[in-house]
Amino acid sequence: MEELDGEPTVTLIPGVNSKKKQMCFDWGPGEMLVCETSFNKKEKSETAPNCPFIYIIWKDVDVYSHILRKLFNESHGIFVGLQRIEEELTGKSRKAQLVRVSKNYRSVIRACMEEMHQFAIAAKDPASGRQFSSQVSILSAMELIWNLCEILFIEVAPAGPLLLHLLDWVRLHVCEVDSLSADVLGSENPSKHESFWNLPGNTQTLTELELKWQHWREECERHLQDGTFASSPRLESLCKIMLGDEAALLEQKELLSNWYHFLVTRLLYSHPTVKPIDLHFYAQSSLDMFLGGESSPEPLDNILMAAFEFDIHQVIKECSIALSNWWFVAHLTDLLDHCRLLQAHNLYFGSNMREFLLLEYASGLFAHHSLWQLGVDYFDYCPELGRVSLELHIERIPLNTERKALKVLRICEQRQMTEQVRSICKILAMKAVRNNRLGSALSWSIRAKDAAFATLVSDRFLRDYCERGCFSDLDLIDNLGPAMMLSDRLTFLGKYREFHRLYGEKRFGDAASLLLSLMTSQIAPRSFWMTLLTDALPLLEQKQVIFSAEQTYELMRCLEDLTSGKPERADPDAQRLQDDDIETTKVEMLRLALARNLARAIIREGSLEGS
Amino acid sequence: MEEIYAKFVSQKISKTRWRPVPPGSLQTAETFATGSWDNEENYVSLWSIGDFGNLDSDGGFEGDHQLLCDIKHHGDVMDLQFFDQERIVAASSTGCVTVFLHHPNNQTLSVNQQWTTAHYHTGPGSPSYSSAPCTGIVCDNPEIVTVGEDGRINLFRVDHKEPVRTIDNADSSTLHAVTFLRTPEILTVNSIGQLKIWDFRQQGNEPSQILSLTGDRVPLHCVDRHPNQQHVVATGGQDGMLSIWDVRQGTMPVSLLKAHEAEMWEVHFHPSNPDHLFTCSEDGSLWHWDASTDVPEKSSLFHQGGRTSTFLSHTISNQANVHQSLISSWLSTDPAKDRIEITSLLPNRTLSVNSLDVLGPCLVCGTDAEAIYVTRQLFS
Repeated sequence: MEELDGEPTVTLIPGVNSKKKQMCFDWGPGEMLVCETSFNKKEKSETAPNCPFIYIIWKDVDVYSHILRKLFNESHGIFVGLQRIEEELTGKSRKAQLVRVSKNYRSVIRACMEEMHQFAIAAKDPASGRQFSSQVSILSAMELIWNLCEILFIEVAPAGPLLLHLLDWVRLHVCEVDSLSADVLGSENPSKHESFWNLPGNTQTLTELELKWQHWREECERHLQDGTFASSPRLESLCKIMLGDEAALLEQKELLSNWYHFLVTRLLYSHPTVKPIDLHFYAQSSLDMFLGGESSPEPLDNILMAAFEFDIHQVIKECSIALSNWWFVAHLTDLLDHCRLLQAHNLYFGSNMREFLLLEYASGLFAHHSLWQLGVDYFDYCPELGRVSLELHIERIPLNTERKALKVLRICEQRQMTEQVRSICKILAMKAVRNNRLGSALSWSIRAKDAAFATLVSDRFLRDYCERGCFSDLDLIDNLGPAMMLSDRLTFLGKYREFHRLYGEKRFGDAASLLLSLMTSQIAPRSFWMTLLTDALPLLEQKQVIFSAEQTYELMRCLEDLTSGKPERADPDAQRLQDDDIETTKVEMLRLALARNLARAIIREGSLEGS
Repeated sequence: MEEIYAKFVSQKISKTRWRPVPPGSLQTAETFATGSWDNEENYVSLWSIGDFGNLDSDGGFEGDHQLLCDIKHHGDVMDLQFFDQERIVAASSTGCVTVFLHHPNNQTLSVNQQWTTAHYHTGPGSPSYSSAPCTGIVCDNPEIVTVGEDGRINLFRVDHKEPVRTIDNADSSTLHAVTFLRTPEILTVNSIGQLKIWDFRQQGNEPSQILSLTGDRVPLHCVDRHPNQQHVVATGGQDGMLSIWDVRQGTMPVSLLKAHEAEMWEVHFHPSNPDHLFTCSEDGSLWHWDASTDVPEKSSLFHQGGRTSTFLSHTISNQANVHQSLISSWLSTDPAKDRIEITSLLPNRTLSVNSLDVLGPCLVCGTDAEAIYVTRQLFS
């Protein structure tokens, strides 16, 4: 087992006396459920636990921050935009575009930081003010690291411009923490230097610049040795600083807020044409000199060191440990991956680092009640495990309104996740049936093309008809349209309703043929045949002969089919006997009516043909 | 070029509505209300886009909308309407309908009236009332009509505790939206693709007219009535199809226009320029349909003499797959005359645009990417 990088933090659960009682827990996708158990550590178990609550413990609280949500949403837009333009990124403009994306991310972090800062100032109680302030410093550190990564890995500035970028970097971050004092050392002289470098349309080569700089330096040294500034110790120390004298620089330690400021200042005066690969020597020595053995490096320092050493994996690893949320590492790694900087070495579980981080981040989003919609797009861009993860997550989103369900279904349909569509529609259809919303249930089964469920709904309608003697929801049944073809039972329902309509319109001939066809075409369920035959009774009893002889034979055959199939009742039961009685009466009535109709039909047909 | 300002607001926006300006005044829209959804705590909020006078070249604060006040709302905000200048009616996923009152002097919102069990299911499986989301509301001072997933239509009157009229089981499927035709008549759309017209003067529980599409029963999600011609309505469906109907003629739509790639959530005629139509959809786009032409013979969307309604089914218009595809050539033989210009108003494709509203030259819309977009130069 790996060594722990630090001591695990202890979180106390309020209301639970952890000294006396034991707790049980279970892992969720992004959180943990904890509650008190009846088991007592020392004595026998008691009956009732003291604390009746179940607690949900999140590691990642950032997801619930009001202001950080803007970060998640805006960066989602940038992320998706980056993935989409990937194919178009070619050639020379590629680097410029990637730098632009990186700056976009950074501006989003800064906007968040500023807003959080406003909240920190305006906070009413000091505790929340402190919380906001610590968030601000975390965001500031994130932007610092990202900016450095942009300079070193994305911009890949060569020697010369490298120092200018580093100068901007430091100035941006130092000057926002404290205002004036740092400028004395930082800005005055660089401005002289900038005109010296003559940017941007700099046509001088690096060697020319080095020569110029050497020349200027020698002049400075001469002044120092000549004692030009002997009268003013401040000016003398300023001159020493300009020569890159480290001791002189360190004397101004309070003005240099941190070691990387020291580093850049040092480089500015002693090695302005530093090459990227040499950076880490100076970085390490600057760190050591600045800390002077008094304090040990903080996590931020280690991360920056790793960046100076061009060890991307180390940077990401350290950031993952230090930050409580996957947002930073996921987006930075993705961007660096687009810069083709990450080797495709696989981690233990089969996916590469970029995908792993994106999956973790997206899973965290899915644990949030609202940000799950962002997570979908992240899964889309994880080629190996993204789809599978999405399939598992999307089925578990709670659906309390139809509108939310429609959005989830749209996501599934766009990705051809037919299994998920079917399962979600089935859940919704069942809920609708339970709430007696048969039209909604049918609508869901049509969407899922679920014939089985459509059959269930139709059976429900038919049952309602048998119980009540009339149809409910005629607006639905009368207007089924092509959906009728979805299931046999549904077709039967539609046709049966049509039979009733024809009967109501007194189109007896058509109604009779329809009724017969319903039975002969096997579309009617067996259990319903009795009802159909009973429906035929009034038609048989009409004055005019409606059923032809042929049709009457058919009806008789159906009746015989039905009655012959009935099993013998083994144990006579009072209720059953009574039911049987009703049954037998019905059957007898039918037989009588059929026989009479047959007689009349034969006569009528015989005489017509005769005449 | 229209300038559209976006602001991220840390809540998914389900509805945005402009506050109506007093009739006859020359003011433009200044305030809008939004409702959020899918949060543990949802809010109904009021925003202002008034001129702050701090115009700077940064573009930061020039058109930025600022939060005036908000109030917690129990459940998702499913629909939102301004009842009058100070009152907002909100429909909740808990089946509750709430009237909020805005106090301009101290910029707060408070609950003015509430009907908590406006919509519910009473299926055999539920031991007590189980609530159903209220999906649509429409207001016409002093009446409020609400519809819900329980297929029920309620007619409320402000300051009356109980509904004035309830039509139970008006529909066996979910009613998605409602609009007034003429005052005693309303029109509802449901999830089996039917439009039903209800007349409150009649006593029964049956609709006075049913219209539907032939072919597949695609659910309809939104409806809006033409501001001047009360018999013309536009509906948007689950497949992104825009349909124009003339309720006096027949039971089929006058025209079908293939529009979006996913559910169309809202359709709005511009209240003062009804030749302009706006739709927004789950596919993350917001379209402006401009049927007014510069040709001297101005044609409108509702063509004269249209006894024969011709329409295209989806399959035919699927030829061109790009966004700008579509349209139909309903009726007329002269394509140039009846060309509709369609513009997409949002700069990048985003998550679903759930809602939009137009008033004068101003448009506001809200998205699932937790952003609100406002433009004040719709017809520049």
